[in-house]
Amino acid sequence: MSIEVRNLTHVYSEGMPHESLALDDISFRVEDGEFVGIIGHTGSGKSTLLQHLNGLLKPKSGSIIIDGTDITSPGVSMREIRCKVGLVFQYPEYQLFEETVAKDVAFGPSNLGLSQEEIDARVEEAIRLVGLDYERLKDVSPFELSGGQKRRVAIAGVIAMKPQALILDEPTAGLNPKAHADILDMVNTIHRTESNIILFVSHNMNDIARMSDRILVMDHGRLAMNGTPEEVFTREEELKQMGLALPDAMELTMRLRRKGMNIEQNCLEISALADAIAQLRG
Amino acid sequence: MNYFEAKNLVFDYVKSDENGLVTTNRALDGLNFVIEKGKFTAIIGQNGSGKSTLAKNMNALLVPTEGTMLVDGMDTCDAENTWKVRQRVAMVFQNPDNQIVSAIVEDDVAFGPETLGIDPDEIRVRVDEALMGVEMIDYKKKAPHLLSGGQKQRIAIAGAVAMQPECIVFDEPTAMLDPKGRQEVLKVIGQLNAKGITTVLITHFMEEAALADKIIVLDGGRIQMEGTPVEVFRRADELKALSLGVPPAVELGLELKERGIDAPDDIMTIDEMVDYLCQ
Repeated sequence: MSIEVRNLTHVYSEGMPHESLALDDISFRVEDGEFVGIIGHTGSGKSTLLQHLNGLLKPKSGSIIIDGTDITSPGVSMREIRCKVGLVFQYPEYQLFEETVAKDVAFGPSNLGLSQEEIDARVEEAIRLVGLDYERLKDVSPFELSGGQKRRVAIAGVIAMKPQALILDEPTAGLNPKAHADILDMVNTIHRTESNIILFVSHNMNDIARMSDRILVMDHGRLAMNGTPEEVFTREEELKQMGLALPDAMELTMRLRRKGMNIEQNCLEISALADAIAQLRG
Repeated sequence: MNYFEAKNLVFDYVKSDENGLVTTNRALDGLNFVIEKGKFTAIIGQNGSGKSTLAKNMNALLVPTEGTMLVDGMDTCDAENTWKVRQRVAMVFQNPDNQIVSAIVEDDVAFGPETLGIDPDEIRVRVDEALMGVEMIDYKKKAPHLLSGGQKQRIAIAGAVAMQPECIVFDEPTAMLDPKGRQEVLKVIGQLNAKGITTVLITHFMEEAALADKIIVLDGGRIQMEGTPVEVFRRADELKALSLGVPPAVELGLELKERGIDAPDDIMTIDEMVDYLCQ
């Protein structure tokens, strides 16, 4: 499984007075098993890009090749593409609707024509994978759960489709620090267990730096950077001009350097920075 | 002078199902606190700890089940006071898209004062002042949906400011914003507080709470800690047990301590930490 995007361009309200170029000649490739972080200011085109990857939006030009199939060519089964690429929107808990947790998670797989045994097995596996107690919660109404739990149920619904690529749009927004850390652990577990592609959108630079193999930086509809966390977060000036920021540890590292402290490492985590300072103090 | 005073404040969410079975969920369980006029107070706590319920009790959107909530000396349980309280205490919520009502920025900002029955000439003055205050005056004829998240949130804040409240309660105003949007909104919040507006900020970002004069930590509907940022963030282990955290500068201080390097525990911000390490 791989995802390849070639010269993707998308225009909103084409021909209308408020026509706008949402995606401008985007090209990148994501390999099997990669964890890719996506950052960019509000309106930079992140969500528009994601919605192309499972065929919710059609490009004006360019191609999107999912697992060898160009999904922009006519006659492609979107159903098949959406089974391969699972998309978790922002605040997915608002999409819960069923009477019980198990029924809600089963909704997707039930529409795939699977046997009841297979559906039940997938539902149980997905609920466990998002770190919820299956026996205790399967018959509970999803609306009685906490915010963080609801979000996991919604994510379980997408995982139960067994997507080979999982796209998460700001899965930690609005959660307290512990629930936030739990969701990140959950995403890591899913990535390890299912060894799928993960595309992870966030405004939290700490999370992006810690989780990603590679980072895509969107700016005004263009792909402005594509590199490792270290490559991206050493380009401080450019990022700040785009309205982005550095991870806290990197921000501290850069400022300490400017004040003359000779920190050689590019510290993406606070513990790494503490190590570097301790080393300097010898 | 006390602006808010909660005495044994209890709030229950009561619901009854189709069989008439009544269930009660106690969201606030006997809170006692005061917030002084003009101060900047942060409220932190995990999801479901009662933060938003408390916020809604601060401008009489909800009124106590038991106990009292006094706003500028007025009891919110007294229906006579409801409108006076809401004129004094404005609210700004997390999602700017849910609180913008008009198709033009200046109309949106005018909505609040219009509902107060203010003279149209006076409204024009207030709208312009409010938009200047949040640095959005250049956008007054624009459509809100074409703005960025941070810009939309500043429009929502201008709408609150135009009502000339004495206090603004911000319920996670930066949760959905990108880094620049967050900075813009925090700057505006700081400026409003500097002008004397009593400020209450509910947040999951510990570095935002560190900017306040006082932090109230809620858990299970009760106050678990209350104090200055230094007093609260010194108790890192307890905060962790409450599913909370500490600001990055405090975290670095703790990590350094583990490595035998002493950093004073009253360092709260990245600026202070950089100054200390490079002195």
